[in-house]
Amino acid sequence: MKRLVSMTVNGEEIELAIPPYRTLLDVLRNEGRLTGTKKGCDVGDCGACTVIMDGSPVNSCLVLGIEAEGATIETIEGQHAGPDLPHLIQEKFMDHGGAQCGFCTPGIIMMTKALLKENPNPTESEVRFAIAGNICRCTGYAKIVDAVLAAAEDLRKGRTL
Amino acid sequence: MGVEGIGARVARKEDRRFVTGAGRYVDDMVVPGMKHAAFVRSPYAHADVKKIDVKAAEAMPGVIAVLTGKQLKGDGIGNLICGWMIHSKDGTPMKMGAWSPLAVDRVRYVGDAVAIVVAETKGQARDAAEAVEVTYREKKAVVDPARALAKGAPQLHPEAEGNLIYDWEIGDGKAVDAAIASAAHVTRLHIVNNRLVPNAIEPRAALGHYDKAEDHFTCWTTSQNPHVARLVMSAFYNVAPENKLRVIAPDVGGGFGSKIFIYPEEIVCLWASKRTGVPVKWVADRTESFMTDAHGRDHVTEVEMAFDKDNRITALKVDTIANFGAYMSLFSSSVPTYLYATLLSGQYNIPAIHANVRAVYTNTSPVDAYRGAGRPEATYVLERTMETAARELGVSPAELRRKNFVTQFPHQTPVIMAYDAGDYAASLDAAMKAADYAGFSERKKAAAKKGKLRGIGMSCYIEACGIAPSAAVGSLGAGVGLWESAEVRVNAVGTIEVLTGSHSHGQGHETTFAQLVAQRLSVPLDTVSIVHGDTDKVQMGMGTYGSRSGAVGMSAVFKALDKVEAKAKKIAAHLMEADEADIVIENGELKVAGTDKKLPWFQVALASYTAHNLPAGMEPGLKETAFYDPSNFTFPAGCYICEVEIDPDTGVTEIVQFVAADDFGNIINPMIVEGQVHGGIAQGIGQALLEGCRYDPASGQLVTASYMDYTMPRADDLPSFKVSTSNTPCPSNPLGIKGCGEAGAIGSPPAVINAVTDAIGDNDLTMPATPLKVWTALKAATRH
Amino acid sequence: MYSLNYHRASSVADAVKLAKKGDDVKYLAGGMTLIPAMKTRLSAPSDLIDLGHIGELKGIKVSGKNVTIGAGTTHAEVAANEKLKAVCPAVSDLAAHIGDPAVRHKGTIGGSIANNDPAADYPAALLALDATVVTNKREIAAAKFFTGLFETALKDGEIVTAVRFTAPAKAGYEKFRNPASRYAMTGVFVAKGKANGKDDVRVAVTGAGENGVFRSKEIEAALSKKFDAAAVEGVKVPSKNLMSDIHASADYRAALVVVMAKRATAKANS
Repeated sequence: MKRLVSMTVNGEEIELAIPPYRTLLDVLRNEGRLTGTKKGCDVGDCGACTVIMDGSPVNSCLVLGIEAEGATIETIEGQHAGPDLPHLIQEKFMDHGGAQCGFCTPGIIMMTKALLKENPNPTESEVRFAIAGNICRCTGYAKIVDAVLAAAEDLRKGRTL
Repeated sequence: MGVEGIGARVARKEDRRFVTGAGRYVDDMVVPGMKHAAFVRSPYAHADVKKIDVKAAEAMPGVIAVLTGKQLKGDGIGNLICGWMIHSKDGTPMKMGAWSPLAVDRVRYVGDAVAIVVAETKGQARDAAEAVEVTYREKKAVVDPARALAKGAPQLHPEAEGNLIYDWEIGDGKAVDAAIASAAHVTRLHIVNNRLVPNAIEPRAALGHYDKAEDHFTCWTTSQNPHVARLVMSAFYNVAPENKLRVIAPDVGGGFGSKIFIYPEEIVCLWASKRTGVPVKWVADRTESFMTDAHGRDHVTEVEMAFDKDNRITALKVDTIANFGAYMSLFSSSVPTYLYATLLSGQYNIPAIHANVRAVYTNTSPVDAYRGAGRPEATYVLERTMETAARELGVSPAELRRKNFVTQFPHQTPVIMAYDAGDYAASLDAAMKAADYAGFSERKKAAAKKGKLRGIGMSCYIEACGIAPSAAVGSLGAGVGLWESAEVRVNAVGTIEVLTGSHSHGQGHETTFAQLVAQRLSVPLDTVSIVHGDTDKVQMGMGTYGSRSGAVGMSAVFKALDKVEAKAKKIAAHLMEADEADIVIENGELKVAGTDKKLPWFQVALASYTAHNLPAGMEPGLKETAFYDPSNFTFPAGCYICEVEIDPDTGVTEIVQFVAADDFGNIINPMIVEGQVHGGIAQGIGQALLEGCRYDPASGQLVTASYMDYTMPRADDLPSFKVSTSNTPCPSNPLGIKGCGEAGAIGSPPAVINAVTDAIGDNDLTMPATPLKVWTALKAATRH
Repeated sequence: MYSLNYHRASSVADAVKLAKKGDDVKYLAGGMTLIPAMKTRLSAPSDLIDLGHIGELKGIKVSGKNVTIGAGTTHAEVAANEKLKAVCPAVSDLAAHIGDPAVRHKGTIGGSIANNDPAADYPAALLALDATVVTNKREIAAAKFFTGLFETALKDGEIVTAVRFTAPAKAGYEKFRNPASRYAMTGVFVAKGKANGKDDVRVAVTGAGENGVFRSKEIEAALSKKFDAAAVEGVKVPSKNLMSDIHASADYRAALVVVMAKRATAKANS
């Protein structure tokens, strides 16, 4: 039995008919056709499915779609500085080679956004602790950390998230 | 180097889609009418399959079909094969047991597939898979390879008596024994190379689509080598003839070797699509990935290294048992033989080497190539032994290595390899300087004051990439050639497409390959597109593994560019009424040297396609192809130094510094190379300190089947790395490239363990050196 | 996941009423444990009652030394609350180190203690702080609340509404994370408060006990003599009744109890 659920995704209010057991991750990927959010483990251990829900980072695989009724969701698809212009964090990931296979990248970018909103001036170890829930198998994290620190630096120079 | 050409640190072209979530991976694909599959898998490590009752499952909501191995066999689908023939030392061929994509009579590891369910939704498929009633008669299982060789051990395959697949050797055993007998010193070690689970973050997936109207199959799959997948599925598994099968590997979320192999699931999805008339998609969940992705490593080795009175190595003797798991995966046989034993000379001049390798079946997941494939195992054996020898001989580990380095090139080792170029002392010096090796003893004292145990360890590795030439690997048993193909299409408006048989799943080929073209043809990077991963678009190619794409794949592009350049120059010379030899390519133009005559690229391209005014007899068009077969392997080498601090209260190891000095030959994009090294080191540190795949010895159950039990390196587990490169260009390919994809994973584990054992003074520590193991070792030491 | 009915409760009373309707009802707090358990079919409730939108379960009240944390308060909210930080920074610190940011923003204190995972952090704090668990029906002392592995004194349909405790003079928490799961492999909460007008040192251990959270008499005895990290040095904690698995033997856990207690005490005194 499907239920009608409405939520705001990337600034757009949408209404979807979803079964109650379907996770927010599956709702975004299937009903929402927003496949940028990735499924790496589906049990909350890898962080590939990180989205921002009502301002906080969550593993979308551990949230039921129906729990998001009335919520505001931000996914990777909604991140940009302008039409066809990358978001600050995306730009820094490109400049510093923070992505390799790209599969964990959307989740890490969303977690980075959540981190920098809370703490625009993180140390390297704070960055490492904040993204410890996001597994990357390709990069060894070094260039991801560089990218996050570079984004923080630009943020302090007046750029916005 | 231009700003976008070879050697430039340019941002990756593919990243715009990756950072915006626009990448397209198999699980993102939707085909009209697509349905979902789940596999019924064995919960037992070893059992006879007595009966499969699918009635209840077939009646479940949304179920389209439940198919078993009997039906698969009935339709003529073949068994999986291992594509590299190894002969035992008695001359007999390796003993390959049958591996049916769906098990029929017997299951041999936990996760072995016995049936597939196709249903409207993934959830329905899973529910129905649980409802398939399989009657098993459980048998005794064996997971330890040494125990599997023992008398009375459970037997996995009738083809392989005593579970022995092969008993292979290389080198001169008599010379080695004689050298050991007369040695001034012999260092002996028992070495375990722990089993790892590759864990690409994108789980394996397959989408099979049979088009009845065209009688044609399409398979979207998470593959590092779609052409090899098509070849094998056609030639051996009878899925469809090659001209009726298109294999597409779109964006792939990491491979590390585990996505080289053709697994049962893609074969079964294609077959099931024809059977059911609907496109069938399967995506592994994480525990399925842990259970069924080919694992890596899992060697047990006895090693003896002999020295003369001047501390020169006189011989090396190695005896290895390699765990192959329940079936022989596609390239499994080559990993502990030609990818392992041939590297046992390391960076050293060793007059005599003998290695014996026994490959063994056990009731565990199949084991095959994982980042480094054989070379990390060889490097670990050698570099642990060198460090131990230095400790036993009371000499500095650096000086013992330096004394034994190969310094003259070419150098023929006693184990096939002929090293072409290198400067091992340069890497060692660079690493020691970067690590401030000389200042270590002061740092150790300072650490002791804080109650910490500080240790330092090094590893001097050599590896072999771009396995070649094809004739040589064929003579060693390979079922395939290891060349690469490329096609360069200059379009009529001057933009360029490069079609390559290499496949990028994180390596950044769309950027590095384009950098080569931009450099050679003097065109902007943005006008070059790289096409890969689709057998309908790209001619036969061999794919990406073994750090071969730069050395082999880009060299093929280079060769095709030679032809494009030659033809373009001919056309330009004809149009400008100049001598072909006077044409130069600069700033996007073909110019007549020493004059102001010039033509922009697009005009030459356009002229080639209008064909209104071409040199007499010239074919129209500007598109060239090359198949490149290298003349030799490439030999990246380097030195890694790891420094650790250990908390004796908890056994926790902190890596306080990690230095890598690599020689990769010429470098196309330093940012990408650094990223490859970082990632490799992270996997090496993972192997050394964190990751260990464990099976329960009695039941054969996989104990580490999720991230709750298998420790993945996370951001706060790792330090930042100091990496640098030096360059002795590779003489055997036109670009002078050696390959950088696996070095980090090859060189780092012994450096880490040498540092940990240095810190705690216990040389018997096995990987992963978890806090529990380190604490236990320290506790035992204080008791003595 | 199997099919499922979902209800969003508007109040505790509403939740209790809804719970009477289904056959196999589960309350959904943050869902950090329940949702994975449902995916792996370890839990298959017919009905889920979402407690996430009940205002009365949220928030932290601090009055003097008395602290009340609503059951629906997330770990991130506990970690960030300035008033709590001022009176009992050890609890803020504990919350700031649970799981990862995604877990901290969704997981709740009520969900955590009702689940009573033997490797969860909060049970150690509650036991050491001699906290009271408040439910819709009654008040339960922490010592009576945690009854075993994943077991609590909660009755069917009963809902944890808040946790209450008096901030002690000193408290500290230190854990050794399981390298893979990042849960506490051994976590120790030390607190020096007052009971009947006298100093009262309580030490609770999580992640190590075969039956879940427990108090360490040995460490308590040592710290009662002198509440100082050095006092813990050399204390022997028996490994009997401690868990043993691939990541840690019982002996190792016993040693870690002492080390973590020492470090927690140092934190408490800092």
